[in-house]
Amino acid sequence: MTQLLLFNVFNGLIVGAFYALMALGLSLILNLSGVINFAHGGFLAIGAYLAYALMPTIGFWGALIVAPFLTALLGLVVERVLIRRLYGRDPLYSLLLTFGLAYILEDGTRYIWGAQSLPFPIPAWLTTPLSSEFFFLTGYRLFMVLLVAIAVGGLFLILNRTRLGIRIRAGTLDLETVSVLGVNIGVLRNLNFGLGIYLAGLAGVLAAGMLGLQPTIGTSLIMPSFVAIIVGGLGSLPGTLLGGLLIGVASGVTTVFFPSATEAVMYVMMGLVLLVRPRGLLGEEGRTQ
Amino acid sequence: MTFGRDKLAWNAVLWIVLLTMPYWMGAIGGYTELASRVVILGLAAMSLNFLLGFTGVLSFGHAAYFGLGAYGAAMSLKFFAPSTALAIVVGIVVGTLAAAAIGALIVKLRGVYFAMVTIAFGQVFYFITFRWNSVTGGDDGVTGWHRAPLRLGFATIDILGNDKAFYYLVLLLFAVAAGIMAMLLRSPLGRTLIAIRENERRARFLGIPVERHIWISFVISGGFAALAGTLYALLSNFTDPRSLHWTLSGNFVIMAVLGGMRSFWGPLIGAAIFVVLQDYVSSHTENWMSFIGLFFVLVVTFFPRGVLGIIKRRVAS
Repeated sequence: MTQLLLFNVFNGLIVGAFYALMALGLSLILNLSGVINFAHGGFLAIGAYLAYALMPTIGFWGALIVAPFLTALLGLVVERVLIRRLYGRDPLYSLLLTFGLAYILEDGTRYIWGAQSLPFPIPAWLTTPLSSEFFFLTGYRLFMVLLVAIAVGGLFLILNRTRLGIRIRAGTLDLETVSVLGVNIGVLRNLNFGLGIYLAGLAGVLAAGMLGLQPTIGTSLIMPSFVAIIVGGLGSLPGTLLGGLLIGVASGVTTVFFPSATEAVMYVMMGLVLLVRPRGLLGEEGRTQ
Repeated sequence: MTFGRDKLAWNAVLWIVLLTMPYWMGAIGGYTELASRVVILGLAAMSLNFLLGFTGVLSFGHAAYFGLGAYGAAMSLKFFAPSTALAIVVGIVVGTLAAAAIGALIVKLRGVYFAMVTIAFGQVFYFITFRWNSVTGGDDGVTGWHRAPLRLGFATIDILGNDKAFYYLVLLLFAVAAGIMAMLLRSPLGRTLIAIRENERRARFLGIPVERHIWISFVISGGFAALAGTLYALLSNFTDPRSLHWTLSGNFVIMAVLGGMRSFWGPLIGAAIFVVLQDYVSSHTENWMSFIGLFFVLVVTFFPRGVLGIIKRRVAS
């Protein structure tokens, strides 16, 4: 029992790390540009399939590095061509646009790589369990947690230490003033979008290693990411991280006791949070208006 | 705005088209079921627009109430009694209660955050129906039931075997629902909702309890969406978790935008275009999702005002 519980808590942590990685990208874009990027799951799938396509030539490690960058590049183009013209309009329009993009990206991956799921080979030494007692602790899982930690750490480093990151944070608080101070906010929003999509692409490669490849891989991960943002607190990136981990562990634990409620539990959490603290766990006051 | 004679003429044309639809649908390559679907999804889009266009609140999760209506009706017919009327009532009650509960949780949020929370909450019911196999049939949906003939005491109308008869039942309920919505919008309540849409802060300063009004609008909107959902289940004698999925919510929103959010009948026109297009594309290509997605992108980029919005502008200038 303890082992089962431990297994599911750990599993939940991994799943939560995924949610957090994806939700952080969504949150970045939402906070600076006010766009709910429905296509985030589609970009995740693109990242995963690009890695699959690149792997025969540049290997697993090469794909892990290159695929997220290519995905981010696609994100930059999409933002520049389609999303940019909707800033300042009713958020309804960007929502519908990214919704349509989500359809196109999912169907596009299905068209190119087929509807059936594909295996995603990872280096053999990563798949062996580290101990026979804790069979679930495969190297790949630990590796994933480590990589997510590095990515999140890197993101916060960028946001706190680089000029781009500081401008992103400033723009989140008051875009107009940042613009008046001479920052090109068109470029800023573009790069910020690319950064968010990079995280989606990375999450895609990691998810593919664990779940295999399916065109719907992204669509199934997007809703929990929304929940993570709401639970963690709107406008707060640490909140988003916390929210993702929390709902991941919560669904992991629920799997042990009440398997059919695995997905529902995170929505119950969201309802409770909204009831008690509408701005979310770490949300700033006033951001919800 | 066009008043008086023009408006009357347009309404007359609309109702003539709706009343005769089953008779010419076949001639242009459609079928009676498609006509029913246009009216049902048109009702769903119009009820969403009560919130979206006339209260100015962006809900992106209306498939939840639509789908709960569908499940309420299906399960009432399967487990309680073979009565179509009862099924419709049960469906509406279930959907409205859910909208009342969720509405109460979210009325404090605004704008893009409101949208996000409605999206997320929309999925709760999807997972419940998907996972709760023993009751809802899980992924397979609720099967093994069908709509019952309408017994009016003096006569029985066979809405099961005669799909034109079912279409006119749908149209009748649509007319009643549209009439109630139009009346509500003309009442002081409706005026208040429009005031909130135009300037929430000013409405608040005038002493209007904004949250309560948004909640009321949310419940009304959810209730009519549930009615549409019951009819949708009755139409196909079947319902499954896809009637609750967030992609359907998105479809409702694009219907409203495509037709014109600021006009009462716009969403119906949008639904007609969307339903016919989807029917055509999905019977011609496997990659219908790409086409629908492209359609979303094009509508948002080139027709943000919607069909009726453009027409109104032309008439005004």
